[in-house]
Amino acid sequence: MMQKGNKAKSKFKETWRRLKKSRTAMIGLCLLIFIILSALTAPLFFDYNTDALEQNILARFQTPNSAFPFGTDEFGRNVLARVVYGARISLVIGLVSCLICCSIGVLLGATAGYFGGFYENVVMRFADILMAIPSILLAIVIVSAFGVNLFNIIIAVGVATIPQYIRITRASVLTVVNQEYIEAARAVGASTPRIIFMHILPNCFAPIMVQATLRVATVIAEAASLSFLGLGVPAPTPEWGAMLAAGRAYMRDYAYLVMFPGLAIMLTILSLNLLGDGLRDALDPKLKK
Amino acid sequence: MLKYICKRILMLIPVIIGVSFIVFFIVNLAPGDTARMIAGSDADQATVERIRNELGLEDSVFVRYARYLWGGLHGDLGQSYYSDQPVVKIFFQRLPATLLLSFWSVLFSLVISLPLGVLSAVKQYSVFDNCAMVFALLGVSIPTFWLGILGILLFSLKLQFLPSGGNEYWYSFLLPAITNGFQMMALTTRMTRSSMLEVIRQDYITTARAKGIGERIVVLKHALRNALIPVVTTAGNFLIMMIGGAVVTETIFSWPGVGRLIFDSISKRDLNMVVGCVILVTVIVCIINLLVDLVYVIVDPKIKTTYGIRKG
Repeated sequence: MMQKGNKAKSKFKETWRRLKKSRTAMIGLCLLIFIILSALTAPLFFDYNTDALEQNILARFQTPNSAFPFGTDEFGRNVLARVVYGARISLVIGLVSCLICCSIGVLLGATAGYFGGFYENVVMRFADILMAIPSILLAIVIVSAFGVNLFNIIIAVGVATIPQYIRITRASVLTVVNQEYIEAARAVGASTPRIIFMHILPNCFAPIMVQATLRVATVIAEAASLSFLGLGVPAPTPEWGAMLAAGRAYMRDYAYLVMFPGLAIMLTILSLNLLGDGLRDALDPKLKK
Repeated sequence: MLKYICKRILMLIPVIIGVSFIVFFIVNLAPGDTARMIAGSDADQATVERIRNELGLEDSVFVRYARYLWGGLHGDLGQSYYSDQPVVKIFFQRLPATLLLSFWSVLFSLVISLPLGVLSAVKQYSVFDNCAMVFALLGVSIPTFWLGILGILLFSLKLQFLPSGGNEYWYSFLLPAITNGFQMMALTTRMTRSSMLEVIRQDYITTARAKGIGERIVVLKHALRNALIPVVTTAGNFLIMMIGGAVVTETIFSWPGVGRLIFDSISKRDLNMVVGCVILVTVIVCIINLLVDLVYVIVDPKIKTTYGIRKG
């Protein structure tokens, strides 16, 4: 047991050591930490109700100044406060949908690879079908049918990522399932769930982790697109995509209204992409060019 | 070869049925009374019942799906709730605009990304390479709708030389096509570069150089042809992404295509139209993917033989 703990730790350390060497990955990580921190500490600087929600018509359309570094919007709300609170929503959507859909995908993919046969066929055809539908269209159908709320959005943008997890997990399960240590585990009487979760899945960790990081980015982008189309978290909740859509009407005169929310989305996606690329190189040196 | 084509076409059928099944069920199992929605909130109960009867909504969802599928096989995906015209007819009126936009987007992304990717690989770690990679990374990370807005802001509002929407002028497609193709351009640049880097280190390239062939021909003829194979394989995925992304692009630029149609139908809660459009878009994406794959099998003899062994 002791030895196993050490081994896991050293693998983590090794990955971290390699990750640290990549300058771009570190930039991504710092950026991401900054975004997460500003989302977490938002209440210390701004009050959600008075700064991000309350309308103040007298202070509308103030261009960026010292009191409002990002200016104010058409209702006189502080754009900086709204961008910072918007980070909370985007991050929650990204993380929760990633957790839910990654679990479903990994479970389906692992069991498909392990059991094979008819079951595998059914799961893989299901993945093919989901992959054939353009992801944003699938999300639009789900949200427009079930109604617009945070949970439905999380599911809608996540569903399209499930097939990716299924495929990746199944592929990496297939590479280990016939190895001797799995046979050994079976021989000493380990149960099937134990074999799958304790012996097989830890070996598939690297590609799944990389995929998950990159998928959080696409999920956040997609949720913002939904909001932009008017199918996102309902107003007046501060959401980046919705802020952009609202700012569009006034961008001829007040371009900053579409600058800051867009920049926030881009930086979030960029940080996750940088980190994901770095992780891929660190976890799987074979892939590194 | 014929056997392979037939097999691929046959494999499409369960996918298309599966897609229609999933989309139909999502919409029909959702809460809300379709008949009440069409009739309007102030309609009396008798009108609602009449509409329910006309649409056959009292049957179970499986019966309705069977009917829908049977209609679909005959080219009938029902009527739009809003305009009483057949869904299929409206869809095909809008399709050419979307295909045109997609064509220009693909063309734009390839014209930029291939030279950029090849040059970055040839000059690996140079200033040019670094700049190109930063550009590509930003391109992957920038959301389509923000790029579109920035484009309008710069080219239509500030510089005033491109229209911000519609398709009245011959150059109207420029901004939408660049916006729509930008992400694909960035992804293809990265992929071309990494695939070029892999190929360029192989022995046969060294051999070609040793024979005294000019660097230009080695890169363009010997290396690029092989490097393009993985790029072409993923082109199908990008295509799915791009046609999906058309909903956003067409909405921003008021482009009269299928994406805009889907967006408008959602705003009007015309769910029959949405379901029909999503199914038809998926079918078209599948068919285009199949064509790409077939061309690719014909072009690359290596793949033809592998498929021959594996599938055949």
